[in-house]
Amino acid sequence: MTGNLSDRRGSFLWYTFLHDPMAGVASGVIILFLLGAILAVWIAPQNPFDPASLNLMNSFYPPVWMEGGEVSHLLGTDDQGRDLFSAILYGTRISLMVGMGAVLFSVILGVSIGLAAGYAGGWTEALFMRAADVQLTVPAILIALMIDGFARVSLPLAVHEDVVLYVLIFSIGIADWPQYARVVRSTTLREKEAGYVAAARIIGVAPAIIVLRHILPNVINPVLVLATLGLALAVIAEATLSFLGVGMPATTPSLGTLIRIGNDYLFSGEWWIILFPSLTLVLLALSVNILGDWLRAALSPRLR
Amino acid sequence: MFVYILRRLLQAVAVMTIVSLIAFLLFNYVGDPVNNLVGQEASFEDRQELRSRLGLDDPFLVQFGRFVTNVMRGDFGISYRMQRPVEALIIERLPATLELVLVSALLANFIGIPLGIFTAIRRNSWLSRLLLTISLVGVSLPTFVIGIGLIYLFSVSLGWLPSFGRGETVDIGWWTTGMLTLAGLKAVILPALTLGLFQMTFIQRLVRAEMIEVLESDHIRTARAMGLPRTLVNYKYALRNTLLPVITIIGLKLGELIAFSIVTETVFQWPGIGLLFIQAVSFADIPVMAAYLVMVAFVFVSISMLIDVLYYFVDPRLKGVGAGSLS
Amino acid sequence: MGRVLSSLPRNRQKGLAAYIRCAAYCSFTAFFLWLGLDVKPVGAENTVRWSSQGDALTMDPHAQNEGQTLTMAHQIHQPLIEHNAALQKEPALAREWRLIEPTLWEFDLQQGVYFHDGRPFSADDVVFSFDRARAPTSDMKDVISSVSSVTAIDDRTVHIRTKGPNPILPDQITNILIMSRSWADEYGVTLPQDTASGQETFAVRHTNGTGAFILELREPDVRTILVKNRKWWGLYSGHNHNIDRIIYQPIANSATRVAALLSGELDFVSDTPLQDLRRVEATPGLVVKKVPEVRVIFLGLNTSMPELFSSSLKGRNPFSDLRVRLAMNMAVNREAITQRIMRGMAVPAGNIIPPGINGYTKKLDEPIRFDSDGARRLLAESGYPDGFDLQLDCPNDRYVNDEAICQAVVGMLARVGIRVRLDAKPRTLHFPKLQNNQTDFYMLGWGSATMDAHYHLSFLGLPNAWNRTGYVNGRLTSLISAMAAETNLMRRNTMIAEASGIIRNAHVYIPLHHQMLAWTMRSYLDLPIQADNQPQFRLARILSE
Repeated sequence: MTGNLSDRRGSFLWYTFLHDPMAGVASGVIILFLLGAILAVWIAPQNPFDPASLNLMNSFYPPVWMEGGEVSHLLGTDDQGRDLFSAILYGTRISLMVGMGAVLFSVILGVSIGLAAGYAGGWTEALFMRAADVQLTVPAILIALMIDGFARVSLPLAVHEDVVLYVLIFSIGIADWPQYARVVRSTTLREKEAGYVAAARIIGVAPAIIVLRHILPNVINPVLVLATLGLALAVIAEATLSFLGVGMPATTPSLGTLIRIGNDYLFSGEWWIILFPSLTLVLLALSVNILGDWLRAALSPRLR
Repeated sequence: MFVYILRRLLQAVAVMTIVSLIAFLLFNYVGDPVNNLVGQEASFEDRQELRSRLGLDDPFLVQFGRFVTNVMRGDFGISYRMQRPVEALIIERLPATLELVLVSALLANFIGIPLGIFTAIRRNSWLSRLLLTISLVGVSLPTFVIGIGLIYLFSVSLGWLPSFGRGETVDIGWWTTGMLTLAGLKAVILPALTLGLFQMTFIQRLVRAEMIEVLESDHIRTARAMGLPRTLVNYKYALRNTLLPVITIIGLKLGELIAFSIVTETVFQWPGIGLLFIQAVSFADIPVMAAYLVMVAFVFVSISMLIDVLYYFVDPRLKGVGAGSLS
Repeated sequence: MGRVLSSLPRNRQKGLAAYIRCAAYCSFTAFFLWLGLDVKPVGAENTVRWSSQGDALTMDPHAQNEGQTLTMAHQIHQPLIEHNAALQKEPALAREWRLIEPTLWEFDLQQGVYFHDGRPFSADDVVFSFDRARAPTSDMKDVISSVSSVTAIDDRTVHIRTKGPNPILPDQITNILIMSRSWADEYGVTLPQDTASGQETFAVRHTNGTGAFILELREPDVRTILVKNRKWWGLYSGHNHNIDRIIYQPIANSATRVAALLSGELDFVSDTPLQDLRRVEATPGLVVKKVPEVRVIFLGLNTSMPELFSSSLKGRNPFSDLRVRLAMNMAVNREAITQRIMRGMAVPAGNIIPPGINGYTKKLDEPIRFDSDGARRLLAESGYPDGFDLQLDCPNDRYVNDEAICQAVVGMLARVGIRVRLDAKPRTLHFPKLQNNQTDFYMLGWGSATMDAHYHLSFLGLPNAWNRTGYVNGRLTSLISAMAAETNLMRRNTMIAEASGIIRNAHVYIPLHHQMLAWTMRSYLDLPIQADNQPQFRLARILSE
């Protein structure tokens, strides 16, 4: 039986995946959302971000299966005439963009810092780990809220509208890097003492290559689990910020913004405006969490 | 031990300095403080006079120093919107948030921990599986969705619990409490549930994961092999080892509760500092935002230090070393 | 739990299990009983629990000329002349008044009136209050800018001299509330608050008025409690209200506000969200009162600057061209806004003067016909075939569904090629933008304190802090000053009609609609609705069930 550890791990992962119905369903849902988000521009009957495409006389249509519903508006319309199905597609796209962007940012930042700190040691390690500790005292959501709140207050509107997506990605992403850094650092510390690393050093392999080729692959497992769960948290964080009013504006709504808009119509009988975006959000977060759970169980056998 | 505490203290000071710097930058450079204080008819001379009166033309370090001394005295200036001293506002609203956070934390921990233990020990029972599924949903529900749903169900449809406010409160010195009146207790249930649900499920899953790992560990296996009664093994040995890392997390989570209280207070119109902050953001009320930032950082830093000191006494491994970060 | 039990001997197991079961059942029962324990005390006070979106900004009656602030202040203080529910003038602290010279008014004051702390009321307090309202830090000074001096002739008579003849002075002073000079001296609040001084003044949270209610508790943004003034002089002259206590709590979130109404936690909501009216009306025990508010909602255009500073189009100002302004007016579908956003609770407008006030003409209020294609053609003709971009400034907490209306207008303008960025913010940020002349395109609503068209024409037709159109028309200016001094009613109304016509045809404003009010209250609360959206609880009664 040749092949290195990752091969065997790969086939084991695949095995458990095939035998766990929940993971399968969850992945299916996620892929569905991803496809919907990517293909939104082509699938959606309307572009809800373009004010010229909205017709006020089309507002408050109920879903197609209710009386007064129209086929062109499967899930009904909101208060400005936005087709809810299109708005959810575009909104999911934004939620996923922000979520994945933030996680990617966090991971790259956190892993790089963790590797550097763990391998280099000395004052580099001390500095970065202190910084991580310092940042860990303040909860992520608050950091994100502060950054977004202050951006909103200090930037002129035209500028703010253009950059709000990136502000969101940055603020959520920067709040989360310490946990990746910590995990990577402790793993790096462990691997640093391993035989093969010492051997590579003796041969004269450059530190960067040692880190990237030998240490990094062993660090991926926990990072992957954290990243999946982090995605769910990032999506929820973006929805929370948008609900509070410091996230995506109503002209380019994300799922959280749609829920905020729909909140005003909770008791008025137009329940679909808040129900469908909420369901979408919860379903998305749930699927990612299920996948994360499965991943964690698969990658650390003792938990099963 | 002394070194340990000193290190943590230095770290705390570092955090507070950074936070104060950020708050100061906001205070002075976001918008024009002078513009916010004078009426629109004020002439250029009036504005200049105000600038020098407020010391806005002094060098950066002088202004920052003044800001820090003021902050340490508790003086954050006047809220642009409410036209009242900011610290008075904060003191008025702080008890509401702290009580909400306390009740939520109690709920989250006293339900979450036992559930976590249960699902770890009886891993394969149907109840355990059900609880796990519910907890999965709980972690995927954003706070505001829970809040809205609870209001719809318990306030409007059933009419059992109030949908906003703190009910009746009692003044004790500078503290106002809602815990001593029936109306106040009723009012805190839904917000506390909303705020605590996410934590409850998170803690449950955390405790379960930790406990399972501990139960599979060598010394527990040995104890069982030796024939020690199950209860003793589970509750005395395993639990203690499980709870150690959990305590750190609980401390951090307390800070998160304070942060997420912003959302809960918005949905339930709960008059705490979270709602104050959100209103300050929409009104561009910089003094309040800056004050919230500094205050909340202070609370987090204190909690973090407290937890670390506690941990130091609880975890014997630390006593011998001037330990740094505990990863 | 099973494991714990199984380690005990048999009978103790049974006992323990039974005990635990019993404890569980008992606590559940107790919990649910306790939830239901909401005993209403017998012989309780008549309390009104009132809510709306935004709290009063201050308790100082001269510091903010703003809706909710003045509404609250009117419960606690009184003016010389006040409005009844039909907005007609009635004696308040002034028993009678007359014009004794073209620029001199005389007021006879009520006798036997005391402030809440027992101080007697006299003419000197009137003089003090008017001087205070004209102080530089007062927000009421523009309302009585025509007053040149106020003097006390004796203890019970006051003379007010105006700068020129002003036939509508009595209408203008209905919002000038009377404070006690000695109280203000004692507490150092002889001037309305000066924010720059860095101190909170006593008057921001404390009051001493002559009105029907006394301020018991003030927690800004949380709760304001008013209690009945049992020694109020008005109780003996026909105002026999029976409200003992008013608890006001602002609830910004409209869904939460409606939830509280539906669940019975509130008795009166003065700004019921329009989309919930149907459900609220169908709820037993609640009553919805509607009335057209004397308030026109419109958009203002900056016509006089050389270029729009919020637009990327440089070198020219599209709004200086009448055809562009007309096109903007044609692009707005007022019917759709009225139906969809206002749910029928509005009347489309064609001019900036609301119905119900003196000088209103229906013919001049015909809305411009909605014609999207025509607007496009007109824009192309004027040299803007591809439209242009700019920013619309809107409040989001002042007028009914203000932000939603602005969003809809953005969509309608986008369809004729004008790309609009919407900046919606709280009124305390929006109005200063207006007053500091920092906006090209803004939403504003204008009600009437005087029930006379001159109020609208002077504020919206002449340059001042509330008019950022920059439009100046010589004929309009002379008409407005003439009507201020004209005492012949017919001549005056002709002037008003001509002036209204000039403003309408200039298209410097895009009138949207006249909004309607919807107050929701418990069926046992009898509070007359007023078209100025200022509930007066001295006119209310709690009916015995």
